[in-house]
This record gives sequence, C-alpha cells and structure tokens, in this order.
Amino acid sequence: MSLRAITPVKEFEDILPQEYKELVNNGPYGKNKSVDDLGTFKEIIEQHPHCAGCGVSSGIRLAIASLPNPEDSIVIGTPGCSFFALSQSGLNYSNTAFGNQNSVASGLKRMLKVRHPDKTKDVIVMVGDGGIADIGLDMTLHSWFRRENITTIMLDNELYGNTGGQESGMTRKGTVINMAPKGKNFEKIPVFELAKTSGCDYVAKVTVASLRKLGQAVRKAVLVAREIGPTYVQIYTPCPTNMKFPPDHTVKIAKEAEKDIYSFEEYMSNEAAEYLKNLK
Amino acid sequence: MMAKEQCVKNPEYIFFEAPREKAFITGSEAVAEAVKRANVDMAIAYPITPQSESMHLIGDLYAKGYLKDYYRAENEFAVMAAIHGASLGGGRVFTATSGPGTLRAMEMFPVWAGSRQPIVSAFMCRGVSLPPSIQPENIEMAFLLDTGMLMFHAEDAQDYFDMILKAYVIAEQPEVHLPVGVFADGFFVTHTRDLVMLPPDDIKLPEYDPKSAPVPAFDMETPPIRVTRDPLLNKSNYTSYAANATWHQEILAAAERAKKHIDRYLGGMIEVTNPNAKVLIAASGTAVSQSREAIRALEEEGIEVGLIKIKSIRPFPTQEIIKATEKADIIVVPEFNAGGWLCREIKAAIDNNSRVIEGPRVYGGMTMPKEIIMNEIKKAIGKNK
Repeated sequence: MSLRAITPVKEFEDILPQEYKELVNNGPYGKNKSVDDLGTFKEIIEQHPHCAGCGVSSGIRLAIASLPNPEDSIVIGTPGCSFFALSQSGLNYSNTAFGNQNSVASGLKRMLKVRHPDKTKDVIVMVGDGGIADIGLDMTLHSWFRRENITTIMLDNELYGNTGGQESGMTRKGTVINMAPKGKNFEKIPVFELAKTSGCDYVAKVTVASLRKLGQAVRKAVLVAREIGPTYVQIYTPCPTNMKFPPDHTVKIAKEAEKDIYSFEEYMSNEAAEYLKNLK
Repeated sequence: MMAKEQCVKNPEYIFFEAPREKAFITGSEAVAEAVKRANVDMAIAYPITPQSESMHLIGDLYAKGYLKDYYRAENEFAVMAAIHGASLGGGRVFTATSGPGTLRAMEMFPVWAGSRQPIVSAFMCRGVSLPPSIQPENIEMAFLLDTGMLMFHAEDAQDYFDMILKAYVIAEQPEVHLPVGVFADGFFVTHTRDLVMLPPDDIKLPEYDPKSAPVPAFDMETPPIRVTRDPLLNKSNYTSYAANATWHQEILAAAERAKKHIDRYLGGMIEVTNPNAKVLIAASGTAVSQSREAIRALEEEGIEVGLIKIKSIRPFPTQEIIKATEKADIIVVPEFNAGGWLCREIKAAIDNNSRVIEGPRVYGGMTMPKEIIMNEIKKAIGKNK
C-alpha cells in the first residue's frame, strides 16, 4: 500500500478525526521504525483503556513498533485485554470469535496471496495466552502443521485478564487464582516447545523488559513467516491488576522472570537461519 | 484434465439467456456445477455426511484450476472462521456443511453477517442428535433463523444449482452485502439423481469486486485502512450501545433490501400454485416435492389443494404469505423436523392463525409419503373416516 492511498484530499483534511490525521502525518507507514523510535511516531492512539502498568499494552506497543512492513500488515486478534490497544493501533485489526484467530489468519493470508501475488502482505496473530493455549490451541497447532505463512504472537499474562483474572493454561503451577481456588495443579502449557515440534521455523520467548530483543524477535518472526513458514513469539506481559503488584513494577517483574522461567530463548530452522543471514 | 477456458458473462445472461442443456446429476454434483460457474477464489472443506461429496467435487475443481485455493481444515468452526478470514481478504469464497457441523460452527454465522461478508455457504441438512442421526432433517435451519444471514431453501437439484449461483449475485449487491446460506434436505437432494438444466460451463460470473462493498476489504489497500471491523465492544457507554444497535438495524435493513433482488433473480420469494384453493399447503425444501405428489393424488379424489413454495426463509416473505393465504380456510405445513420452525414462522405472519395445521412432521430419518400429507388434509376438512 502506498501512503497516498490514505492521504485525504485537501478539502477533507480538516474534517477528519485527529487520530486519522496523525496516522497519515506521523504514522509508521513506510518509515522503517523500530522500538528505538517509540515516542517519535504514532504506533497507537494514546487513550487506550488498559489498566496502569499493563504488560499487555506494552507488549503490543513494542510488537507493533517492530513490524518490518506496517503499511502492509494486518493483525488478527481474539477477545480479551489485547483487544483494547490493538483496536487503537494504526493497523487493520480484526477479532471475531474467541480462539479462532489462527483460522481467520490462515484464510486471510491465503486470500491476500491470491489477490496480491506480487505484494508482500504480513498477517500477524496477536492474542493472549487463553486464546492460544486454551480455547484456540487446536486451531493454532493446525495452522502450524499446515505451514501457514503467518506469525503468531502470544501476549502471556498468565491468566484471563479481561474476565476478571482466572486461571489459564499458561498460569504457573500452584498459583491460587479465580477458578483455581486450591492453586493451579498443572504446569504452564509448553506452547513454546509445541511450536518447535509443530513446524514453526522461528520461535522466540521474550519479556516486555527486553525491548530490543523483543523487537528483533518480532521482526525476524514476521520476515521468516513471509518466505519460509509459520513462526511464534511468546512475550511475557505481566498483569499488575490481577497478579496484585504495583503498576510501576511491571518491568521489574518481567526482569525477574528472565532469570527464571522467561529467560530469552530463540530457535530457528536451518532454512530460516539461512534466509535471515542472506537478508543482512 | 485442466480447467476449461471460461469467459466472464453478466449474471443476467448466465441465469436467464444462456442456452441450457439437460444433465442427469446428483444434488452434490449440482453444487459443484454452480461453484464451477461462480468464479470462486477459494473454498475450505471439512468432511461430514451428507455434505462430503460436494466438497470432494469442489476439491477436484481446485485441482483443475477453477479455484485458486482450497484446503481441508480441522473442524467446522475452523472452516467457518477461515472462510471468514478469506472473505475479509476481499475475494469470493464457498464452503458447505451439514447438521452437527452447522452447530459446531454456530458462533461464526452471526460474525459473517455482523461483518457484512458476502459468504455463500451450502447446508445439506441432516439430524443433529440426540439420538444420533445422519438422516435428512432440517432442524438446523431453526437455529440459523436469527443469525443475520439470508437463507434460501432448495426443493431439488435444479433449485440448488440456481440458488447457489444466484446467491453470489444477491449477497454481493452493495446494498445487501450479507452472507447467504443455501439449504437443501440432505440425501433426498444431495444423493439422488435428477434432471438439471445447466448453462454451458465455459462461462462464469464476473469476479467479486471488493471496492463495491459497504465495508472495506482487509487488505491494507482499501482506505480508510485503520479499521476495526468488530466495532464498539470495548466501551461501556450509551454511545457504544447505540452504535452497536444501529449496526444490528442496518443488517436487518440490508436483508429487507435484498427482497427485490431475490424477486428478480429467484423469481420471487414464494411460488404459488392455485392461489384460490380453500386448502393450501405451505412448505419449503423437499416437503414441497412431496406436497406436489399429495396435491396430484387429492385432485384425483376431487379435493382441490393449492401450494405455496417458500424459497426465501430469510428474509421471510411475510407480506407475500399474508396475501397468498387471504382466501384459504386451511393451511397445512408439512416439515422435515420435529420442532416445526416453518409452521411457527407462518403462524406468526398471518391473521387468524388457527387456520394453520401443524404438520405432518417427520424426522429421525423418516420419509414423508404423500399419504400422510393427504391424511392431514382430509382430517382437517372432515373427510377422514
């Protein structure tokens, strides 16, 4: 897409909403932005309704700022907290029914290939842990088995946030939380490992405390998904509201997790490694 | 064998002018013949009896090059979600399912309508449990009445062919732009051979033009680009509720606006035979064919019975049915399901609805011999012994 496609004619300029004007004049399109440029351009409209200190909103801002081709990227989501910031981003975004995101993305990516065979169109799934690990696990795995050219990004806050903080498959074992009144009795679902064995060509695990690593992982995942095969990035996005820590501790909590279960890990297939090497 | 070279013709030519030739084919084959001429970009399949054969045949069409993409997905919810994604991408799509598959995919149908996607899906109706049945029964249509999609009910393979092909043109009208479900009673239509008049297969519909849609395609090519197609979930205030309600009203209004296109392309939402008869049968789908047999047999006994064939279930032809039943004393509604959804619809539409005889109804795999319709009519007019 060219920026000209969304630039209004002079006569309409002043009647368009402020956020639209900002998207045209100061959006991410065609500018090759990265997380280092955050704050200098409009990756998102300011007044999203996330809680103070929300890890999910940070994860979304960082991931969106890292897309290699925002002017031709479409994000598919699912109901949950991630909806709030994603629907305020400068990208086409759709969420339909809970858990179906990788199916919607499969159909969309294929149709975009049919309709625009000469253009690069990146389809990125960006949803919470419940959407991927629980209700949508079958459709997530099948999209990987089928080798769909899509990037799947999990915003892992280790619980269902939007419904009031319930146990998800990604909650840590032993955590006492709504719907796990005696503590969760099984481990986090190993989606990271499942991604590797299900055929993802690039898989990474990061936290919102490591901005550049996160940015690099998202960028590589989108690039590999374009040409090689499915990719997966799992981002730790702690939730102060439901895990009951002060909102200014989000990054600290994420940093601590990096020493423990959320140490940075990256896997790529030989084909993906070769492809990324040749890009540089 | 690769796809024939097909040339694009306007819908009016394909539907009304092109010479047609007889083919002795099953309903499943009629579905594939429609898709072959519909210029479909992509289809997604998941097997279920009695739908499977039609989606095999569409897979064959893809292999020959008539479609640009096709795959077997992991379950019906995934199919309907992926077909939604494909439609968001701005192309023409097709899928089909049956009974339990319809229910499994249920969550996606209001999404299609709410998102204003002109998806065409075939439904080969069957029982939905419990107890389990794979036999013909159209109770699944009852569940879909308020999903926002348009619903056409085919009587036979000819109807199925015509309705699917025409569904695209109706669905894609800019003032309509809604999904269409095209229904037939499984096995009776899908698995039996019938004479179907087909236009040549070297012609096809013009391709879908996403720029004529009232909502922009999700392709980062169609302004205004920054779109959340699933609006207004995330604010709890009156403005959001009012906007959401308005959106619903617009979907209902779009279905209302579809009526003139249904009249034009399907030749009316209903078809009435012998409208002056005091006794009428009102039916849809295979029950229409069985009713025709009953009417013929009753005629021989000197009993005059008229027929209302209801082709469009959504939008429901309320005014047309009111008019067609004005002179009737008795209206019999035979159905292939236990719930009697068509009977309810008719009773809710007309005055003096004690004129409506509920049934006969068959289900669980039972057929509907003409005699049970005849008996119901005789009982109603007091001629039964």
